[in-house]
Amino acid sequence: MFGARGFDRSAQGLLGAGRDLADRLQAQLAVVCLGPCDAQLLSALEHIADEIIVADQPELASYNADLYLGALQKICAEPRPRAILLGNDTYSQELVPRLAYRLAGSAAGDVTAITVESGCLRVRRSVYGGKAEAIIALKRSPAVVGLRARAFAPAAEGTRSAPGHHVSVDLPDTTTRLLEHTSASAGAERLEDAKIVIAGGRGIGGPEPFIRLQQLAALLGGQIAASRAACDAGWAPPSLQVGQTGKKIAPELYLAVGIHGASQHMAGVSDAKVIAAINTDPDAPIFKYCSFGIVEDFRKVLPILHEKLSSGS
Amino acid sequence: MNVVVCMKQILDPEIPTRDFRIDAARKEAVRGSANLVTSIFCENALEMALQFRDRAGGRITAVTFGASAAEEVLRKSLAMKADAAVLVLNQARPHPDPLSVAAVLAAALRKIGSCDLILTGRESGDWGSGQTGALLAENLGCPCISFVDEIEASAAGVRVRRQTDFGFESMSAQLPAVLTITNNERNVPRIPKTRDVIASHRQPITRWTLADLGITTPELPAGAPYYEVAELFIESRESRCQFVTGDTPEQKARAFAERLAQAARSC
Repeated sequence: MFGARGFDRSAQGLLGAGRDLADRLQAQLAVVCLGPCDAQLLSALEHIADEIIVADQPELASYNADLYLGALQKICAEPRPRAILLGNDTYSQELVPRLAYRLAGSAAGDVTAITVESGCLRVRRSVYGGKAEAIIALKRSPAVVGLRARAFAPAAEGTRSAPGHHVSVDLPDTTTRLLEHTSASAGAERLEDAKIVIAGGRGIGGPEPFIRLQQLAALLGGQIAASRAACDAGWAPPSLQVGQTGKKIAPELYLAVGIHGASQHMAGVSDAKVIAAINTDPDAPIFKYCSFGIVEDFRKVLPILHEKLSSGS
Repeated sequence: MNVVVCMKQILDPEIPTRDFRIDAARKEAVRGSANLVTSIFCENALEMALQFRDRAGGRITAVTFGASAAEEVLRKSLAMKADAAVLVLNQARPHPDPLSVAAVLAAALRKIGSCDLILTGRESGDWGSGQTGALLAENLGCPCISFVDEIEASAAGVRVRRQTDFGFESMSAQLPAVLTITNNERNVPRIPKTRDVIASHRQPITRWTLADLGITTPELPAGAPYYEVAELFIESRESRCQFVTGDTPEQKARAFAERLAQAARSC
């Protein structure tokens, strides 16, 4: 895990999955914390893990693929873990296959469930653009698994008190360099953590209606998102894209406006508790995922939603 | 500057869900009436290569590892004005093991020689493991940057922008390098002109078998498979959508607003 992110929902899911798998395999759970790891994080981890390895030498302060891979390779060489779990953030996604390659293991990403059968890890993931589910057998060891971390329950706190120790490893040269990073929405809550999300799709027709969606979302204390079609049209930035590629979210309430409901989009949101949609096409597949919906032009619906929700009644 | 774009032919993922079928025994999708198309992120990658060539010059080779029908992917690439095309023929059943695919692509790239920049899609539109580009980079011993959506040449090699959870990162990489490409509003693939489509059928396509690459079996390296599909299934979904009713759009909208407010209150 990445220390700088703290014990966020993703880290909690990761630890929960790790604890559960370790218990099923009757194995030890070690957490490798890459980068700075503060006391608060350590105290959250020590009740769940059996061992905490803090790799916080200065070169690892910020993410670099070569350095993080080199560090993980060195750290994992000795204990020869049966499985290595990571999250599904963009850094983890690119580390998973590369780490498996270097350790001569197996790998799969965006995993939503793990089972063990005859000592072999089997993982579940969505395939064919969300139209089917596959169980992948990871027969080599270590099985490097990228988890859809928020889909896993946090661990119950144990009574253990895992020892933590700092390590410092020889690191390889870097072949890539970060020049700068820009945040799409500085300070905003992560889309994956939003309880209410209102998303716009191709049916929105342009960038301006997204402002209306943003106003509505603000009234509900939620956030906006977009389908791939809307992002490719330039109506919304890629950081708002929800789908098979894009964010995978599981809000309590997801309102899809002008979104057709292709499986690739729904693959990013099918874990939402309540899905509702506004669409002019009664046969749009989005409605198959909905609890309730309205077949109507969103331009006629949004002002009334706005009125109703701002009056607070 | 030699740019190689690795591409994959897949069943059209845009077919409606209700028409999608799988063969659970063979653990793959049934073709049915679906067309064969180029996976979209591969097309985004080719589009980026074309735009890069416009600015920085160079030569673009489209490569695919697939059945002979995958030649169609290369014809379209040539029609979009790639300079050359290579088909590595997969005479065995296609299977989604990204490690084997990466090994074959790596062998093809070594045979092509002097590849400076290698682009792949971030994941395929069918199995979507999202690993092939990264594993290709590992096999070649190259740097790899994922989720790239802008590329420019620089003194040190390339400078790219990539998408992250929070926004963007601007990065530099030495060459040769592998970049996995994701979509944005500027790399939507161009539609080839009709005359270029016609011309593409007259252009040569290099064809190699695995034997030509010195690969005796696609299962590489020895030992247990890296990635094995144990089961494939479709989860059925029953529709239980309640459509709001009303005599006018305004009435319907009010009913909907009521439902929405209710749902929001219990969040």
